[in-house]
Amino acid sequence: MQQSLNLKLIVPLALVALVLPFVLESYQVLQFTMVIILSIVLAGLILLTGFNGQVSLGHGAFYAIGAYTAAILMNGAGVPYLATLPVAALLGLVAGYLFGLPALRLEGHYLALATFALAVATPQILKHKALEPWTGGVQGIILDKPEPPAWLPVDADQWLYFVCLFVAALLFLLAWNIVRGKVGRAITAIRDQPIAAVSMGIDAAKYKSITFGVSAMYTAVGGALSAIVTQFVAPDSFAIFLSITFFVGMVVGGVRSLAGALLGALFLQFVPNLADELSKAAPGIVFGAVLIGCVYLMPTGIAGLYGVLTEKVRRLRR
Amino acid sequence: MRVAFQWLTGIAVASTVLLSGASSALAQKKSSVGASDTEIRIGQTMPYSGPASALSTLGRLHTAYFEMINEQGGINGRKIKFISLDDGFSPPKAVEQTRRLVEQEKVLLMFAPYGTATSAAVRKYLNSKKVPQLFVVAGGAMWGDYKNYPWTMGWMPRYEIESRIHADFILKNRPNAKIAIIYQNDDFGKELARGLREGLGDRAASMIVKEVSYEVTDATVDSQVATLKESGADVLLSYTFPRFSAQVIRRVYDIGWKPLLILSQTSLSVVNVLTPAGLEKSKGVYAAQYVKDPSDPAWANDPHLAEFRAWMAKYYPSGDINDSSNLFGYALVKTMVEVLRKAGDDLTHENIMKSAAALDMEIGVLVPGIRIKTGPEDFYPVEQMHLMNFDGKSWHLTGELVDGTRLK
Repeated sequence: MQQSLNLKLIVPLALVALVLPFVLESYQVLQFTMVIILSIVLAGLILLTGFNGQVSLGHGAFYAIGAYTAAILMNGAGVPYLATLPVAALLGLVAGYLFGLPALRLEGHYLALATFALAVATPQILKHKALEPWTGGVQGIILDKPEPPAWLPVDADQWLYFVCLFVAALLFLLAWNIVRGKVGRAITAIRDQPIAAVSMGIDAAKYKSITFGVSAMYTAVGGALSAIVTQFVAPDSFAIFLSITFFVGMVVGGVRSLAGALLGALFLQFVPNLADELSKAAPGIVFGAVLIGCVYLMPTGIAGLYGVLTEKVRRLRR
Repeated sequence: MRVAFQWLTGIAVASTVLLSGASSALAQKKSSVGASDTEIRIGQTMPYSGPASALSTLGRLHTAYFEMINEQGGINGRKIKFISLDDGFSPPKAVEQTRRLVEQEKVLLMFAPYGTATSAAVRKYLNSKKVPQLFVVAGGAMWGDYKNYPWTMGWMPRYEIESRIHADFILKNRPNAKIAIIYQNDDFGKELARGLREGLGDRAASMIVKEVSYEVTDATVDSQVATLKESGADVLLSYTFPRFSAQVIRRVYDIGWKPLLILSQTSLSVVNVLTPAGLEKSKGVYAAQYVKDPSDPAWANDPHLAEFRAWMAKYYPSGDINDSSNLFGYALVKTMVEVLRKAGDDLTHENIMKSAAALDMEIGVLVPGIRIKTGPEDFYPVEQMHLMNFDGKSWHLTGELVDGTRLK
């Protein structure tokens, strides 16, 4: 589980990321913007599951918190869209931390079930009568498309792409700093050897709830960006399926490295489109088959495959 | 060697992403607005995957219908290129796919996109691009807002029309009724319940004794039915989807409650709802409807349904003939073809909307007498419904055809 900053991968990728919006159709720019947003969410999940060993099936709820925070602030209070991001992040962090406090007494599958309950409840809470003046009920909220600053020679889609790219870069840097430092060692120790970790003086409950909070924060920021990019939120966007989708993306991408977040996001964005093109009758079956193939052929995720391949090349060299 | 491999991988990944993007950008052809002398391009988003995938039969039926049109030489000599994409019932995905259809596939219009949230998510975008969003498959009042969204039109009777007809019926026949309502907690159930309250007017507060809701993800509504019985109501309105309607009918009968039961038009199928509930238990239920039920023996010899059955057998044999979604989709696509025929050779966005807003036609699979009518200030194609009563074998039309707009 090497977490060094692999410049040989990052430099070309960063270059591509910067050029991409200028060579693509604008709807494809939107697709890649969604990839960036998904990768932020998956990075949060990887911190939680890959590094800390906790399983959440309820991150769709934090995604909804972020999305509705952005939408309500923009629509109701006229807050500029960029200013909604820190608020969404903070709310996500607090909500995740508070949910984490009692829930983290639960281990393994019990935690997964508790978080799953959160995912089940989310659409109903969003539809609730008492919240309707803010959430718009089942109809949701429609937002205005943010315009790029006038002095920049980019269109609205390209601008949103770069906003998301910038936020993602910040958050990935933060995640990388977390996992390679003292905190990272503590949270992985809790995953690998909980008893030894505690006996060495690591406050397991504290680190677990903080990790849960940080993970929820990433998801909430992703949710806020998605609301800004699609200019629409409604309870139906945050059904149970969303949380499962995040989980699938994380596992396929690879839980043990942050690169898995990007790969998982590409998978979630493009494989369903591919499945739809192959079969209108049963796109679910095609998606399922690809998924099973991935899990069988790459048990450590797509990111894990890179490690396996470099290892093979090294052996060949000997 | 290892270092070189890593650099190589990085560059390979980078160039693959770039190339795949660039090649698809280069590959697409330029055409004006989705119509030429030989082709009309039509887009659609449909929940082929996800929680609403059962309803994607609409998209498959439409694909089959346009194939038949092309076999017969197209419309005004133009073949239809129909592109129906999966949105998984997710609004963000619907935005992405709709933009792909408009920006890359260059469709002339969007036809029968399914779902309230998915269609609401793209309405503003389509209107800003002036791309017609025709015959949205959702029943909210929002789909006929010609002032704010002149490029968007619904098709089916909006929910409130149906429940206003129910209210009118109750006021006339059971003026002293005590009313209970069970409704699905979404736009469908809520708008029906609202329409009923509006239809009852100032009597709503005294007549409605109990309202309960359920979620579409619930397993049963047994406890809700028990609660409603306790209220002492003698009229029950069931604003529920088919599976729950069958449960309501059975439960009401089994606990010995005998209210006047009124169902929503989603749940009239003799084969799919009333038979599972029990035909004897369903005896006496009421509903307002606008399409014929293909499984109702009352229409066994109806020539229009015979034509529909023959069409299904030939062009869409994998579809379920008793699934009322198919009949509904059939009526929708006939309306679409009529709009394109009327538009003739002037296939601009403006003229498409003009033709869509000048409809006056009958479609045989609708309840007799119903006309599909639109105007520059009327973006609601179907606004009439007929009350029906079930006698234990089949539905019978009762009273007259009601124009929902005439009710207060």
